Order: sequence, then C-alpha cells, then structure tokens
Amino acid sequence: MAKRGKRLNRSTGGTVAVLLFLILVACFMVTPMIFAIGNSLKPMDELFKFPPTLWPTNYTLDNFRNLFVLMSSSWVPMTRYLFNTLFITIAGTIGHILVVSMCAYPLSKYRFPLSGFINKIIELSLMFTAAVTGIPSYLIMSKLGWMDTYWALIIPTMGSAFGMYLMRQFMSQIPDSLLESARIDGANQWQIFWKIVMPQVKSAWLTLMIFQVQGLWNLGSTTYVFKEQLKTLPYALQQITAGGIARQGVASAVAVVMMLVPITIFIFCQSNIIETMATSGMKE
Amino acid sequence: MDENATTAELVTSEAPERSWLWYKWHDIKNHGSLYLFMLPFLLIFTTFTILPVLISVYYSFTNFNVLEPAQYCGWENYIRLFLSDDLFITAVKNTFVFAVYTGPASYLLCLIFAWLINELTPKFRAFLTLMFYAPALANMTVIWKIIFSSDQYGLVNGFLMENQIISSPIQFFADVNYIVPTVIFVLLWSSLGTSFLTFIAGLQNVDRSLYEAASIDGIKNRWQELWYVTLPYMRPQLLFSAVISIAGAFNIGDAITVLCGYPSVDYVAHTIMHHLQDYGGTRLEMGYACAIATILFIIMISLNKIIQKLISKVGE
Repeated sequence: MAKRGKRLNRSTGGTVAVLLFLILVACFMVTPMIFAIGNSLKPMDELFKFPPTLWPTNYTLDNFRNLFVLMSSSWVPMTRYLFNTLFITIAGTIGHILVVSMCAYPLSKYRFPLSGFINKIIELSLMFTAAVTGIPSYLIMSKLGWMDTYWALIIPTMGSAFGMYLMRQFMSQIPDSLLESARIDGANQWQIFWKIVMPQVKSAWLTLMIFQVQGLWNLGSTTYVFKEQLKTLPYALQQITAGGIARQGVASAVAVVMMLVPITIFIFCQSNIIETMATSGMKE
Repeated sequence: MDENATTAELVTSEAPERSWLWYKWHDIKNHGSLYLFMLPFLLIFTTFTILPVLISVYYSFTNFNVLEPAQYCGWENYIRLFLSDDLFITAVKNTFVFAVYTGPASYLLCLIFAWLINELTPKFRAFLTLMFYAPALANMTVIWKIIFSSDQYGLVNGFLMENQIISSPIQFFADVNYIVPTVIFVLLWSSLGTSFLTFIAGLQNVDRSLYEAASIDGIKNRWQELWYVTLPYMRPQLLFSAVISIAGAFNIGDAITVLCGYPSVDYVAHTIMHHLQDYGGTRLEMGYACAIATILFIIMISLNKIIQKLISKVGE
C-alpha cells in the first residue's frame, strides 16, 4: 500500500518539477489581472512612465474617484445602468434556475413518450450558442415585439441548453427510492419536485448561477435594445473608457470592478461547481 | 394509475386487446403533469434555439431584407457565397485557423493542466483551480489591449524596448504579421473555462482502485497511467468538453472585435461570425446571412460527429 500523500506510478522528481511548472504558469495566468489592479491604483504620471511597471509605487484611488465623477455626469443617471444590469442578472439567473430545474426533473427521472427525443435535441444544441443564432433570433424578437424590452435580454438566456444539460445530469444521480417514498407518503409531483428534488440539487443551482451571472453581468450592447434607459452597466462603462488614452487608468478601474463579482461568487461556490461538473459527462 | 408506470406495465395489468395508439395516448396522459413541468423551458428553448436554426435554413433559400417579403431564390445565396464572395472564403480560412488553435490546443491545455493540478493536495488544488480559471471567469480581454498597447507605454513594447530588443514599438493589433498570433495568444489565455472545470471534476472521480490494479498490471509512469487508465475512464467528460470546445472555438468573434476592432486590418482576423454580423446586422441581407449561419451549423454538427469517432478511440 502506498503511503498517504504519495500516489502510485509517480516519481518524486517528477512531482517537484510539476509543482514548479504549475506555479510558474499560474503566475503567468494572473499577471494581466495583477496588472489591471496595479494600473487602477496608479496616479496619472505612473501610467505613462517608461519603462512601464506592473505595480504602482504611489497608490491612489483617483481612478476610481474619476470613474465615479464620469459616471455621475452621464446622460442617463448611472444608477439606471446599474439597476438594469442588476435586474437582468438577478431575474435571468433565478428564472433560468427555476425553468431549467422544472424541465430537468421529468427528463432525468422518468421515461415517457418523447423524453428520449428531447434529451437528444438538448445535447445536440449545446453548440448552438446565442452568437450563432443571433440573426434569426433578431427576426423572432421583432416578430414578438420584444425589441427594446427587458424580456429580449432575459428570456432567451433562461432557456439555454447548457444549463439544462448540467442540471439534468446532476438530477439523474438522485436515488429513485427517495422519490418513491415521498410518493407513498402522498406527495404530489409538485411537492416531490419542490421539497425533495430541489434541496438535493443545491450544487447544481450554484453552478448554473455562476455561469448565468458570468454571462449576464458582462452583457454589454446588444442588437435588441436601442433605448438608452435600457442599456446595461458594461455598455455604459465601455462608453466611458472609450474616451481616449487619458482614460486608461479609469479603464483598468472598470475592469477591476467588473471582475470582482464573478470571481467572488466562484470562490464561495467552487466545491459545489466541481461536484456538479463531475456529473457532466456525455454518453457516446 | 402510478405516474411512472411504463407502457409495459399497462399491457400486463389491463385488457390486452387494445391498440398500440391507445397505450401511447394513455402513456402520454399519465405523464400529463410532467409535460406541464417541461412546458416553460421547452417553449423558450424552441423559440430561441430550435426555431432560429430552422428559420436560418428556410431564409437561406430566399432573398430577404426584412422590409419586403422574402422571395425564393434556390441555391443562389450558397453559390454566391462559395463562388463570388472572396471575403467569405477568407473568413472560413481565418475561422479554421483560429478554431484549430483555440479548439484542440485549448482542449489539450485544459486536460493537461487539470491533470497536473489534480495531483496536488485539496487546498492547493482549489487555489490553483481558481488561478487558472480566473481569466475565463473575469472577461478581461480588454486589459490585453493595454498590455499589447502600440506605444512604448504598453507593457510588452516597453519591456522589449528597454532591453533594446526592438527600437520602435510593434503594432500588435494593426500589423498583419502580428495580429493572428497575438489574438490566438490572448484567446488561449482565457480559454481554460468550462472544459477545464469539467476535467478537474472528472479526474477527482476516477476510481482510485483502478490505479492500484494498473500498477500491478505493469503501468510504470504517469503518462502510461493517463493514457490507459484515466482517459478511457473519463470518456464522457472528454466528449462533453469537446462539444463545449467546438462551441467556444466558433464563438470568438466578439473577443477579436474587442482586440482588433471591426473590420480588422486587411481582414486578417475576419471570421465567419464577423461576416454573419456584417450581412445580417449592417447590410440587412438576411437571406444571405442565414445561408452563412446554416453553413456554420453544418460545420459544427459535422465536427461533433468526427469528434465522437475520435474519442471512442482513446486508450486503444
């Protein structure tokens, strides 16, 4: 038997080499982010110093302050953009999780006419992301009269095949006996779904949450919305940072603000996400 | 009747001389509440995923500019695409160049890094997973514009000039010799995404006793163990990640626009996705745009089939 901490088929030299290599690559991976954080804290003269530096020598919050000033002078009040993004992210995420779980429950736990067919279609359409179906979706959206509404931004993402697939895979692990005993106790389908199944798939909710938030929080300009009142925060921030080279520090401050949300969520949910992704495998 | 009773159970418990259709109908009726559960998702999914694909195929055979009703025109759009649209051929070529690098290369990177990280202790593993996944999570393409900035204040140009490797700054996103490699580099950096997490998770679930058995069977080092034990066990994860990678590799249009602007210099970074947006969004030649989208669907589905074949050969 191998000792604890040491695995079979491994040489010690190899393990050390692997560890060093990984740390090196990891440092490379986060350098641009460190640079963004560093840049956002640099005063103007350090932003344009030669040779450029990764980290500032004098810290300042000027860039964040400038961002705030620029934000308050925008055409539509900044709080409106913030509200739009928050509303779209929250409504889209909750809606997605609910709609997807309700559909995943029958598809993962029962066999009925068309269930096999629906499962196949969902697996096939994993590749057809919003960018690919964009042009025809635009036609549908205008037929529905959803142009310039929140619906156009929220509803399509709720029906993503990707989240559906992950949820279905995760739910299929729930033991049938659990549902059986609830049925014997007289629970109806809705009660079984809401009280037995949903609490069991918490990890999958959190996973869908991070993927959904990642998409919606970063949602910038789209072809569906023209009214300034409905535009999102990333769009507004893009406009601010597009104001020329002098806004470089502000651009970095924006990047830092935008990355904080998804990274924080990921840190808190990482183990749940890994648990969910473990069930994501696809049968040939 | 019990909700999940199958047709077979109905056959044995009820009168046997009913028709097949009758059983089918009862099967559907017994699962009525289940169909209600699925209704919201299926409605949205059909409207915004299935219908667009069908609409694309339909309009690809028409002349359609949104304002006037569509007119049937046979294969005209496709003939025009392949025979007289040089830019489309360029776009296909560029898409494949980008797809080959960001698809298979990022797939392998995901697998290799996930596999190496998996060897570590849980705390360290969680930390490194975060560091590797962060670029995909944070959507930070824009920061590379500053790093590769075309003046001496850009991090890369500044470094190269200070060390006297070059005398004037390189126009990374404007010089045709540098655009493609630089874009591929940035895309690869942010490509350790969903596939990476899938592999991390899949590797943790490999049955440990398999490794012991393999060791007795004469597996000597980590490379043999990976090819003969780990990968065959992870085939379902390999397939899922491959599908996600295909989707990702064809979805790079937006990131390229952030880096190089649109259109890129001499169209060296012009992809099918850009061509699609150009005709659909700007010129409103919807029929033509739909023909482009249809070709994209066909490419994706064929790649999916090829990859399924390849993955079934893993570990042989």
